[in-house]
Amino acid sequence: MDSKQLYQEVILDHNRKPRNWGRLERASHHAEGLNPLCGDHIWVSLELDGDRVSNVAFEGQSCAICKASASMMTANIKGKSVGEVEQLIREFRDMATGKLDVARQSNHLGRLSVFAGVKDLPSRVKCAILPWHTLHAAFAQQESASTEGDQDPFAASTARGRSA
Amino acid sequence: MSAVPRPAPSCTPDVPPFDLARIRSDFPILGIEVNGKPLAYLDNAASAQMPTPVIDRIVSYQRREHANIHRAVHYLSETATAAYEGARAKVQGFLNAKEEREIIYTSGTTEAINLVMYGYGRKFLGDGDEIIVSQLEHHSNIVPWQMLCGEKGCRLRVIPCDDRGVLDLDAYEKLFNERTRFVAITHVSNALGTVNPVRAMIAAAHARGVPVLVDGAQAAPHIAVDVQELDCDFYCFSAHKLCGPTGMGALYGKAAMLEKMAPFKGGGDMILSVTFEKTTYAPLPAKFEAGTPHIAGAVALGATLDYLARVGMHDIAAWEHSLLEYATRQFETLEGVRIIGTAPEKAAVLSFEVKGVHPHDVGTILNEEGVAVRTGHHCAQPVMQRFRVPATVRASFAFYNTMAEVDQLVAGIRRVQQMFA
Ligand SMILES: Cc1ncc(COP(=O)(O)O)c(C=O)c1O
Repeated sequence: MDSKQLYQEVILDHNRKPRNWGRLERASHHAEGLNPLCGDHIWVSLELDGDRVSNVAFEGQSCAICKASASMMTANIKGKSVGEVEQLIREFRDMATGKLDVARQSNHLGRLSVFAGVKDLPSRVKCAILPWHTLHAAFAQQESASTEGDQDPFAASTARGRSA
Repeated sequence: MSAVPRPAPSCTPDVPPFDLARIRSDFPILGIEVNGKPLAYLDNAASAQMPTPVIDRIVSYQRREHANIHRAVHYLSETATAAYEGARAKVQGFLNAKEEREIIYTSGTTEAINLVMYGYGRKFLGDGDEIIVSQLEHHSNIVPWQMLCGEKGCRLRVIPCDDRGVLDLDAYEKLFNERTRFVAITHVSNALGTVNPVRAMIAAAHARGVPVLVDGAQAAPHIAVDVQELDCDFYCFSAHKLCGPTGMGALYGKAAMLEKMAPFKGGGDMILSVTFEKTTYAPLPAKFEAGTPHIAGAVALGATLDYLARVGMHDIAAWEHSLLEYATRQFETLEGVRIIGTAPEKAAVLSFEVKGVHPHDVGTILNEEGVAVRTGHHCAQPVMQRFRVPATVRASFAFYNTMAEVDQLVAGIRRVQQMFA
């Protein structure tokens, strides 16, 4: 694929001006995500109002793909229910790993489908998925997520319950 | 042959000292296109490409000469044994070792270092003993020694480097004390390209009776190495960084050292006699080569060394130095690009960061331009920590690279900067 297709203006823009940057003072859930292979390191914090994500923020050091993915994720999930967001997490992961063809199969990804191109760049798939993986860990009250080892998002099961 | 590193020949030719087009035609892979662009392969420090004579040698070995070695009286076994042992003599010549039996085949540098850790370290080091390594080591020259520290209660001492990536030799001298038992240092840094003054460092260790292992993974491809002149106790390299096969490498060890060491792996071929009461080990080098080795790999390594000898190690060093100098000059015209590792003595490695752009984004976009570079921590996280970067982009040159490929790299970086402006 052409990297222009991946590094589209939206992604470059979110990289330059990430939305919802920072940490929430009164987060009900938070998690730290690490991709030890490339050093991407992000923090996601969120406030749940009942079943709904009322606020969410992230910060960290990462490549453009990871940062834009996190930025667009936070913009997208505000106001959604945990169930809706978990569905998005699954769809995003399936898109990035090539299991979901956004052009042909129905999905809820909308503008997030700009990340579909990473499926052709195996070394970058984890960069795009890390924020989503970290969000999932935050919901599960896990304090950290990693793209490697038993937390590898490609492994069958990654949920490890641990209360915050 | 002399061993003083010759990475900075006073003459840096603008034109290659050999027929570069012909050399490139020896490497079929250099002709491929990536994303519709000609490939510029600048990841040679990770692994170099293989020329046709070596590929052909592997094929001819498998087609006409293969059998297990040292084990049978039939024709093929003898042919294979001769090819396998013949390659050992070539490695001996390549490193200018005194004796053939001082060359132990390994799967690569990593295994060679582990062999010394197990065979020497576990036998001769104990609680409170100290091992000196440098800030510039690849993980493979850190982790085995840390494992030994964990097991035996030894302590790792680290030679620091300055902001150019040059080791502090005064600090090195001060690290020695009565507990210092071993020094393990890299000849050339894979992350920065620094050529360390190993000869002087070895002399300093020997003055205190301390043996020295030199990790030559990044030096052997670029510098004419002479282990007798260096006087190192151990030297190791990997064939794949020399345009040879993966899974193959060698350890040089002084015979007296290898003889007093414990074997590394037990099994067939490393014994003289076995009863259930007692096993007597085979003499060198078989003592360290248990099991059926990578015979085809050894044969291919021999062919690789023949090939490099035909090209000429001094011409290789001279042309690579020209590429490095040219690339460094070009980089200095790029605003917002910082070269990491600016030692006066460098092998053809250019580690850098593009301001405001993560190395992985740089690597992905360069790939789009057909340029293959390595991004990441280069298995040298302590170097990254020293320079306070999570990762770098690394371009590393081989003798088959061209000035045009350097231009392709520089154009690619400009494109990265435009995209992220
Ligand atoms: C300086 C250095 N030492 C050791 C190694 C390990 O070599 P291998 O992976 O071939 O065992 C490398 C390879 O990257 C290296 O650059």
